[in-house]
Amino acid sequence: MFLPLALLLFTIFVILPIGEAGYYSLFRWNGYGEPSKWVEFSNYVRLFKHGAFDTAVWNTFKIILVSLVIQLPLALIIALSIYKKSWTNSLFRLIFFLPYILAEVAAGLIWRFVFDGDYGVIARFTEALNTDTWYLLADKNWAFVAILVVLVWKYFGFHMMIYIAALQGVPKDLIEASKLDGASRFQAIWYVKIPLIMSGITISIFFSILGALQTFDLIMPLTGGGPSNSTHTLVSYLYTFGITRMNVGFGSAVGVVLFICCVIFAFTYQSTIMKDKK
Amino acid sequence: MFAMRKIRWGKYIFLMLVAGFVLVPMFATVLGGFKSLGELRTNPFGLPDVWEFEYYAQVFADGSIWLLMKNSLIIAFFSVLLTLIIGTMTAFTFSHIKFAGYKYIYNYFLIGMMFPAAAAILPLFLKIRDLGLLDSLSGVVIPQVAFGLGFSILLFRSFFEQLPSELFDAARVDGCSYIKFYWHVILPLSTPILATVGVFVLVASWNNYLLPLLVLNTEQQYPWTLGIMQYRGEYGIEWNRILAYVTVTITPAIVFFLFAQKYIVEGLTGGAVKG
Repeated sequence: MFLPLALLLFTIFVILPIGEAGYYSLFRWNGYGEPSKWVEFSNYVRLFKHGAFDTAVWNTFKIILVSLVIQLPLALIIALSIYKKSWTNSLFRLIFFLPYILAEVAAGLIWRFVFDGDYGVIARFTEALNTDTWYLLADKNWAFVAILVVLVWKYFGFHMMIYIAALQGVPKDLIEASKLDGASRFQAIWYVKIPLIMSGITISIFFSILGALQTFDLIMPLTGGGPSNSTHTLVSYLYTFGITRMNVGFGSAVGVVLFICCVIFAFTYQSTIMKDKK
Repeated sequence: MFAMRKIRWGKYIFLMLVAGFVLVPMFATVLGGFKSLGELRTNPFGLPDVWEFEYYAQVFADGSIWLLMKNSLIIAFFSVLLTLIIGTMTAFTFSHIKFAGYKYIYNYFLIGMMFPAAAAILPLFLKIRDLGLLDSLSGVVIPQVAFGLGFSILLFRSFFEQLPSELFDAARVDGCSYIKFYWHVILPLSTPILATVGVFVLVASWNNYLLPLLVLNTEQQYPWTLGIMQYRGEYGIEWNRILAYVTVTITPAIVFFLFAQKYIVEGLTGGAVKG
């Protein structure tokens, strides 16, 4: 029935390209005709020697770090304070979830305005302090920090919703019981609520890391990877150096590295941390 | 008691601060479209002193905005439709017809869920080109459907397996064919999961940027995500025009969110969690 069609689509557009990426990554090829210039692993060597690639890897790592250390705790604190059902809480939930449904390109443009040295929030400060205008997104040292702020803004609401759904599933009598036993608010959160929503937390960590590895859409409207390639992520690096220049071999090598990172992470995470879930 | 009240106030101040962090950029965007450039410079976040309507008017007068929205809508509509049809049919096969090796085939689909779409984007691009789908809306729709299959099959299958098996037995006794059973029994019972998957695919497709960027070359085919970046390229730092344009283009998503909140939250978080 429909199985062969689904299999065909899936194989052609999802599975096959991954294999081909591995194959093409051993050639120097512009995508026309047959790939013929076999260069062994020189694409990979070039990649690992490229300073901009190091920066991209390091930036991707920073996104993961900020997600785990700032974004998820923030989402959890907010979820704990507004998970109970009331109209004010619903309103806050609505507001906090709003950035998540915006397209990354739109969100990026909004923040590009906010960070603009002539118009936005930075301009207010430099005027107040009477200093020179400061183009934050063009500042090598600070541009990526700005991107991290936008990432937290965009995605914390999503993780908050996961935690809220989990918290609403925690039986009320357990919390009551802990109160009767003399647990403080903090103890009730730490020893009762958090252990009970652990599965929600493991899932949200999983998504924030896989998402971090694939960040692209937000980078383009904010900085496009600049200034001087200081704000690339793995995918924006792939786009800039592989796709726009049609370096099929080189771009595929980046893709293979990205793929390996994702697969290694997903498999180890699922077999160690998420295994007791199934 | 006093301490409790303090905590409560602290909590609300904290929540208001975060809400401000979320909302101020959005309000600034909406209001920015009503300001002249000079005013935008001196007063980026407050209400405009003089309301200028020409920037919004020009966004609409341009006309291309409708074409962009139409293209995005067509892509999203067919992505949702095809994902739902192919996804439910395939999941139905997995949950009701046991054949040799079906487990392997099922797992094959699940593995695909972990593949980052961006990793194989160059070979995918070449494939789309070689199939002659470059610069056509179906060149965006078909890969989107293919990438949505893994998780939609997973969600549909786990939903179908929870339906009581007596239903199927009863239908078989009554001489109901697989197709009829699927159409008259399974689908009507599956509206919640259809909504979940549908919303997930819809939002992902509406906001997609990388794939259309790769596949589409002519402006007549552009979805709004490409249009917005092009508009920004055209008007550079005339931020009032750009903010007006951003406001207009994100309005459909926000209106949709306000009306279908429940389904969207369930679709985006539930889809992710169960998937």
